[in-house]
Amino acid sequence: MPTDTGTIESLANKEYEWGFVTDIDADALPKGLNEDIIREISRRKDEPEFLLEFRLKAYRHWLTMVPPQWANIKYPPINFQDIIYYSAPKAKKKLASLDEVDPELLRTYAKLGVPLEEQKLLANVAVDAVFDSVSVATTFKAKLAEMGVIFGSFSEAVKTHPELVRKYLGSVVPYSDNFYATLNSAVFSDGSFCFVPKGVRCPMELSTYFRINAKETGQFERTLIIAEEGAYVSYLEGCTAPMRDENQLHAAVVELVTLDNAQIKYSTVQNWYPGDKQGKGGIYNFVTKRGKCLGRNSRISWTQVETGSAITWKYPSVILQGDNSIGEFYSVALANNYQQADTGTKMIHIGKNTRSTIVSKGISAGHGQNTYRGLVKVLKGADNARNYTQCDSLLLGDQCGAHTFPYIEMKNTTARAEHEASTSKIGEDQLFYCKQRGIALEDAVNMIINGFCKEVFKELPMEFAVEAQKLLGVSLEGSVG
Amino acid sequence: MSILEIKDLRAGIAGREILRGVNLTIAPGEVHAIMGPNGSGKSTLAQVLAGRDTYTVTGGTVRLNGRDLLDLSPEERACEGLFLAFQYPVEIPGVSTSYFLKAALNAVRKYHGEPELDAMDFLKLMKQKMKLLDMDAGFLSRAVNEGFSGGEKKRNEILQMAVLDPKLAVLDETDSGLDIDALRIVAGGVNSLRGADRGILVVTHYQRLLNYIVPDYVHVLRDGQIIKSGDKNLALELEARGYGWLEEPAGVH
Repeated sequence: MPTDTGTIESLANKEYEWGFVTDIDADALPKGLNEDIIREISRRKDEPEFLLEFRLKAYRHWLTMVPPQWANIKYPPINFQDIIYYSAPKAKKKLASLDEVDPELLRTYAKLGVPLEEQKLLANVAVDAVFDSVSVATTFKAKLAEMGVIFGSFSEAVKTHPELVRKYLGSVVPYSDNFYATLNSAVFSDGSFCFVPKGVRCPMELSTYFRINAKETGQFERTLIIAEEGAYVSYLEGCTAPMRDENQLHAAVVELVTLDNAQIKYSTVQNWYPGDKQGKGGIYNFVTKRGKCLGRNSRISWTQVETGSAITWKYPSVILQGDNSIGEFYSVALANNYQQADTGTKMIHIGKNTRSTIVSKGISAGHGQNTYRGLVKVLKGADNARNYTQCDSLLLGDQCGAHTFPYIEMKNTTARAEHEASTSKIGEDQLFYCKQRGIALEDAVNMIINGFCKEVFKELPMEFAVEAQKLLGVSLEGSVG
Repeated sequence: MSILEIKDLRAGIAGREILRGVNLTIAPGEVHAIMGPNGSGKSTLAQVLAGRDTYTVTGGTVRLNGRDLLDLSPEERACEGLFLAFQYPVEIPGVSTSYFLKAALNAVRKYHGEPELDAMDFLKLMKQKMKLLDMDAGFLSRAVNEGFSGGEKKRNEILQMAVLDPKLAVLDETDSGLDIDALRIVAGGVNSLRGADRGILVVTHYQRLLNYIVPDYVHVLRDGQIIKSGDKNLALELEARGYGWLEEPAGVH
């Protein structure tokens, strides 16, 4: 059915709309990485000694490491000396409020649909925006502070709450964790920090918007979210980058910590530039995201919609340490053209009666290669641990691929893990059926994809569900009908 | 004017001709049955009418209400009033039956320049149509055909027909996989949709269905041609004698 396949592909091939470059002066360090660069990053950010120590320890360890080779992705070796590790929009003076943010930056975020200006804000989303290496603005800060919620840039938190940063930084993803996380630990420039104190339910969605703008720059942000006893927070993350012919590296680290009875819901819509149709350019996205359910009855949920990046290497995981804690992973990953996605999760059951749920939906189109890689690990003491895993793959066309690597390690006989997997093609039969009812091809494809992703989309906060729907070029109505 | 007018229709797949000059005319209000042994081209005819592009049309004309059907895409044919009840209805996981039907109905309405139905009016319409087929409301929230029994799938087809209100309904082996109770319900639904403005083409291997949906005309398709036509008694004769006796007198190929 050549015509239909062509149309499906053209649907999936919608132009990347966020590929513009903002013309703004940047203050960048020279390319390359050595201890001097790291000391300079730390100096410019006026960091306390412990943080510089953390960076240097990481850097020295990184020198002994090699990039991981086990993922189902192919790319030429990255020259880590050819990357700029720090770039900041040149600020005329220190920013005291949003009014002082460079209007060019605000316009960029407006173009991206990020409602940075407070008056335009949706009532319940507080936004922190990270541009290249630096956090440029945080909205609703005062309102959040009244409740004791600390939300803002990582660098600021280092200054205002060094004790919290010191206590939790690296407590979930240690500096020596893996090649890219270790690199991040050495050079991270900014990111978001969020602390929700005991008993507080954060009244609004917190959101960070990441944007890579400068050329030949890597983005290495670091996010740390802590929910104290009984606290709750829902956190959203969005990302875009300009279209550039060369590949750019994004290596972030996100750490989440929940204490007793706390809950963190972390949602991502990742739309880094995926490269052009021939596979040229695009972001290399090597990200380490991990949560630790430290307390009893605590809960961490990851929901991700991964549509961008030339390469996605990402495994948002949960360490279920507290008894009765719950870890969840809901994922939609799209690999189109020459995109490669190797993504999944790790659920590490340590505490008793811990439960985890994994729902992964992979969509492959064009020459895209989509891999689910998951580990469910039940340690000896995790009595009655339960896992449910569901991995579904949908193929559009016959040039793409779907791969599934589920690993299960059980060291406790009372634990149970269930795994279900399916692979299907958007069939001619399904499309013909829809068309015979009068539904146009484009709508039919949208409807089928939406139905396929329904279980994940319903986990997204409303604002994000809309964005996710736009990104997949699908109609949300299909999943809520 | 006739609703459907097929003239010398020829079609095949991968260079092999399956329909070898089919002629058939259906006037408003008429129910026609096409019978024939396996491999005679019955389902091909249904699929070709609906515009399935796995088949290539190599000759002839088809007119729906005077309009050249073969020039239209499958969705245009549907919007023009052609409905195919599938022999094997397709599952669409995650898409609710009500969403699917609403999308279909509104696509047809849009095509005719009519406003889309809102959720309330749509629900009202659904409730009324579901009564015809003895279906409960829980049906609407289930994903299209997913986990449906054979009978439920066929009832869902007729429900869609009732909602979309086509000019011409083609029922492809609608009786296959149905027990007698389900057959009665489905046939009852179809009979309630017989009307002066509508044509119905029933494609079936067995006469059984025609006890419930009584046709005005019966045609026998063999090797891609209609070799005999008659009234409902022809179906009974076929049931009693099989298809073999038609071979010699036909002699057309």
